[in-house]
Amino acid sequence: MTTDRDAPAVSVKGLRKSFGEFEAVKGVDFEVAPGEVFGFLGPNGAGKTTTISMLCTLATPTGGTARVAGYDIVTERDEVRRNIGLVFQDPTLDGYLTAEQNLRFHADLYGVPKHLVAGRIRQVMEMVGLWDRKDNKVETFSGGMKRRLEIARGLLHSPRVLFLDEPTVGLDPQTRSAIWGYINKLRHAEDITIFMTTHYMDEAEYCDRIAIIDHGRIVVIDSPEALKASVGKDRVQIHTGDDEAAITALKERFGIDAAVHEGAVTFAVPSGEEFVPRLFAELGMPIRSVSVSRPSLDDVFMNYTGTTIRDAEAGDGRANVMRIMARR
Amino acid sequence: MATEVVSVRVPLRGTGHNLRAVKIVLHREMLRFVNDRTRMVSMLLQPVLWLFVMGTGLGTLVQGSIPGVDFRTFMYPGMISMTVIMTAMFSAGSIVWDREFGFLREMLVAPVSRGAIVIGKCLGGALVATGQGVIILAMAGLVGVPYDPVLIVTLLAEMFLAAFTITAFGTTLAARIRNMQSFFGIMQMAIMPMMFLSGAMFPLSSLPSWLHVLTTINPLTYAVDPMRQAVFAHLDVTPQVNAMLNPGVNWFGWQLPVALELGLVAVGGVVLLGAAIAQFRRAD
Repeated sequence: MTTDRDAPAVSVKGLRKSFGEFEAVKGVDFEVAPGEVFGFLGPNGAGKTTTISMLCTLATPTGGTARVAGYDIVTERDEVRRNIGLVFQDPTLDGYLTAEQNLRFHADLYGVPKHLVAGRIRQVMEMVGLWDRKDNKVETFSGGMKRRLEIARGLLHSPRVLFLDEPTVGLDPQTRSAIWGYINKLRHAEDITIFMTTHYMDEAEYCDRIAIIDHGRIVVIDSPEALKASVGKDRVQIHTGDDEAAITALKERFGIDAAVHEGAVTFAVPSGEEFVPRLFAELGMPIRSVSVSRPSLDDVFMNYTGTTIRDAEAGDGRANVMRIMARR
Repeated sequence: MATEVVSVRVPLRGTGHNLRAVKIVLHREMLRFVNDRTRMVSMLLQPVLWLFVMGTGLGTLVQGSIPGVDFRTFMYPGMISMTVIMTAMFSAGSIVWDREFGFLREMLVAPVSRGAIVIGKCLGGALVATGQGVIILAMAGLVGVPYDPVLIVTLLAEMFLAAFTITAFGTTLAARIRNMQSFFGIMQMAIMPMMFLSGAMFPLSSLPSWLHVLTTINPLTYAVDPMRQAVFAHLDVTPQVNAMLNPGVNWFGWQLPVALELGLVAVGGVVLLGAAIAQFRRAD
């Protein structure tokens, strides 16, 4: 390739996108290093898909600039397209063609050198374990197989950056972990940068770095470990007979700010296990149950946005409108 | 961090790459057609019904006024056009299908020009429709049309041209339509009147003047007439019958030569193709 290997795989400056009055992405900045697995994490409607659409040249930014694989997403659109692989949320396969025919179509559209096509098709199909199904029509495939085939297709033209928009959404847990298996294998087998969006907290753990995005802005970017360490506190959830009274009591006696999340009084303290005995002794009201958990990315999300990802989705009616607008 | 990237530009997309894209889009069109037997049969059934059921029925009625000619022979070129037109529209409609099922996106994000994709689609539609027409062509003997090599080649070329223009027309329509139902609704609305007014089903001679005006502004007329002229040139009929069944297209009393008619269809095809490409470019 012609671009500098050490240059950022993705570099974004002040990127914005508005749909009429509504500003979906409010100026984001970040860089993704070559070879990195970079996760975009946030509730539906936070601006993830809109950002990824702009980086994939499917939507034109209203402001700011971005370079992908060293090329400008607006002025060098075709170069960007040639150097990226895409796996969308919704399938984009032709069900009437066989798996191999779908890949062959892709190879020709992307101009993969003819003498390499057959070998490369076999290689990517073997990677996702579909080689023995190459002659089956795609309409006979399960959801997970289709997604695997799409990942194989996204890799066919040896892209520098692979974009995965919610690669595991709508799949059962077993298939989800299989997909992650392929993605992990892939980072070792191919010289590639992976940029993905997800709203599953547990999946974000697989990333080298995570950007948390909420309401069109990046709240924080760091590695999962550093993010969890930055929270530095355990999460305690208690069930009581009177949540209001419990919150007031926590504030008065311990100086702790608590709130109701997912139906339980939730708060964070530096070391949960040591706090629990004091809690029972000093709260002055009956506690029905208690749970203490180590900081997870959920807590990170909550720490930075003040809400859990599920609450954020439940409260955001705009999410679906956004998705439809971002789609084409 | 600086984003200075020293890069030698990869050569812009070449003609070779775009040709390859045209070819694969076309190839897919063929594969889809060959795999879809139901569509092939249903597209054939309609003209065969018209030709052998309606043609035979009406034929007994008009037999006296057209001595020496089977009415089905008259209908034959019209039915070739009908088959070709229906198949071509169907091919164009598959763009809407592709959009509904997401595959259009796979094509639109590829690093090839939108023009290559639209051209591939139109050529594919035209080839498939011509292939379908070949089956009708094979029935020539049943309605008294000779299997003359010159006639066959002429008809094939005319079919291809008509099919290409119709696919381009359908693609322009399909570019903005989001679901199959609306496409078929609009297609019926556009195609049925054009079909009736094209001379495919009844001769355009001695029509009332309002109807005559409608037939001359109908673009399909110029696609159907050359085929009829070609067929009648290989028949042995009296001048009166020829004048009645094969009057040609008249502009203020001047009969258009076949070459001009074909030219009009070709120009229409190119304009519609341009319109279709523009539609897909705009869809960014």
